[in-house]
Amino acid sequence: MNSTQMFFKAFTGLFLRDLRVLTREFHTFLLRVGMQPLLFLFVFTFILPRMGGVNPMAAGAGKVDFGTILLPGLMAVAIMFSGIAAVALPLSSEFGITREIDDRVMCPLPLWAVALEKVCFSAMQSIIAALLVIPMAYYVPAVPVRAHVANWFLLALVLVLASLLAGALGLVIGSTVNPKQIGLVFSIIVVPITFLGCVYYPWAWLGKIPWLQYGVLFNPIVYMSEGLRAAVTPEIEHMPWWAILLALVFFLSALGRWGLRGFLGRVQS
Amino acid sequence: MAHRARPEPERFRRERLAFFAHPPGCDTLNKENALPSLLVIPLIVEIEKLTKIYAAKQRVVAVDGIDLELQQGEIFGLLGPNGAGKTTTISIATTRALPTSGTVRIDGVDVVRHPAHARQLIGVVPQFNTLDRSLTVYENLYFHCRYFGFSHGRAKARSLELLTQFMLSERKAAYPSELSGGLAQRVQIARAIAHRPRVLFLDEPSAGLDPQSRMAMWSAVQQLRSEGITVLLTTHYMEEADQLSDRLAIIDHGRVLALGSPEKLKETFGALIVFDLKLKSLEGVDALIASLKSRPDVTNAEATADGLRVLAASSDGLLPDLVQAAAAYGLRDLKITEPSVETVFIQLTGRDLRE
Repeated sequence: MNSTQMFFKAFTGLFLRDLRVLTREFHTFLLRVGMQPLLFLFVFTFILPRMGGVNPMAAGAGKVDFGTILLPGLMAVAIMFSGIAAVALPLSSEFGITREIDDRVMCPLPLWAVALEKVCFSAMQSIIAALLVIPMAYYVPAVPVRAHVANWFLLALVLVLASLLAGALGLVIGSTVNPKQIGLVFSIIVVPITFLGCVYYPWAWLGKIPWLQYGVLFNPIVYMSEGLRAAVTPEIEHMPWWAILLALVFFLSALGRWGLRGFLGRVQS
Repeated sequence: MAHRARPEPERFRRERLAFFAHPPGCDTLNKENALPSLLVIPLIVEIEKLTKIYAAKQRVVAVDGIDLELQQGEIFGLLGPNGAGKTTTISIATTRALPTSGTVRIDGVDVVRHPAHARQLIGVVPQFNTLDRSLTVYENLYFHCRYFGFSHGRAKARSLELLTQFMLSERKAAYPSELSGGLAQRVQIARAIAHRPRVLFLDEPSAGLDPQSRMAMWSAVQQLRSEGITVLLTTHYMEEADQLSDRLAIIDHGRVLALGSPEKLKETFGALIVFDLKLKSLEGVDALIASLKSRPDVTNAEATADGLRVLAASSDGLLPDLVQAAAAYGLRDLKITEPSVETVFIQLTGRDLRE
């Protein structure tokens, strides 16, 4: 057996292990990734429009209904949360008292590939989570969502890049944050970057608040939302596709490196 | 594979040198039957000038130039107090830590240059329970086999075989959190050997085990040796090191202080038999001590709170004389402690292992 074959088999083994754990708890996985977008759509695109004039969100949206704006944003949030839940939370406990990562670290595979497997598996979950949002956005809102994919290749590319990026962010958090503080990280990092990630409005609409419009450019979630906006609801204003892809690749490589360094530091002294 | 690239003559040279350094008759590989003196025993683990310095806030030299060679098929014990460098040495040999300098080769494969290849040759039972909590006992074994490239069919067959061998079949569907310490340890050993490694590393295997589980673990380890697996274990239990190891290295402060079979260590470092006598009357016991000290076969004699202690190299001829002489002082009790690795250790390091 040559090295490539050996590495490939070990990588597959790790992936199968994660798949086994996921399928055993598949219903909880669905609940976890589905609950938030479902409630969001229900409250903002079903309940509020029925209240007539009291829907503040619809007022700012002009001709475009809020559901259409929300769809790509909710997909981005689903990707993001799923990446954190799939990598950061398990890693932080596996690195903790139990050290149960040890057996996987000891398999015949370079350590970076063990981390890569985590990120890839998380990306797979993120893609499922993002795709789950689409049927919800179709059935829940009072006014039908106007989505059409003009460029399937762009959608696939954005989905994959955004999902890997979420996994890389999960790797950074999981390998650098003490398990006791993981809850705190949710409140001070995950929630703010989601709320300020151009999820509920397109980036272009921030034009009236320039400091915020340029400030959020450091937030990787912005490019996930904008990328999905460009792919799924191209009628709504969005950043140019090349800028989105460039930023996604940049953040993916930066967070990937950071996460990998943290991971290596935790598994090898 | 990486080690094929290594020129053969170098390897033969090393084996020859090792042969002269530890001639089989003097430093026996196997307690029961020493191997014929012309047979060259292949080296399976070669640790050379190994150092590990942690340079964080405080500079700590955990391993300070350790040289060790393990012969194929032996049970080798690393004995030392906590903090002696045992776990660090094992961590480096098992690719979980990087050395500051020096090399470790497993069956010729350098663990720093080719860690993934080296991992195929080793099995590790860590100090703590690191079983995958999300998988059942069976799945822990099954997926371990998959990591090592087994097909579904082979992984399944091997896992079932191990469950039977380690008497775990009844608990195959249990999760690690439902297992007792002894059972979890058994699963960890089964998992460590599932991919048929050449060398098994056991880090403090009996820490936290009840005596019964410890005996079971010992017999499992002895069973593995009979299957040809080389075992390197660390321990700070004297008894374990003495009973289980074919050869021992006593280490402290990151250095090897002594190396050899338990018998040879006791012989070389002149561990003594200790006679503890309890006497009814201590009156005039000084005269007894003086007369004992004058005997050539007594190394030392001293008074204790309720009697006296005599240290001697052998009990032959001494014991009846001792009993007779002590009878006059009202001998109540006599305890004899045979030479042990513990007495060797105390002699070498000046401190007790249990400190």
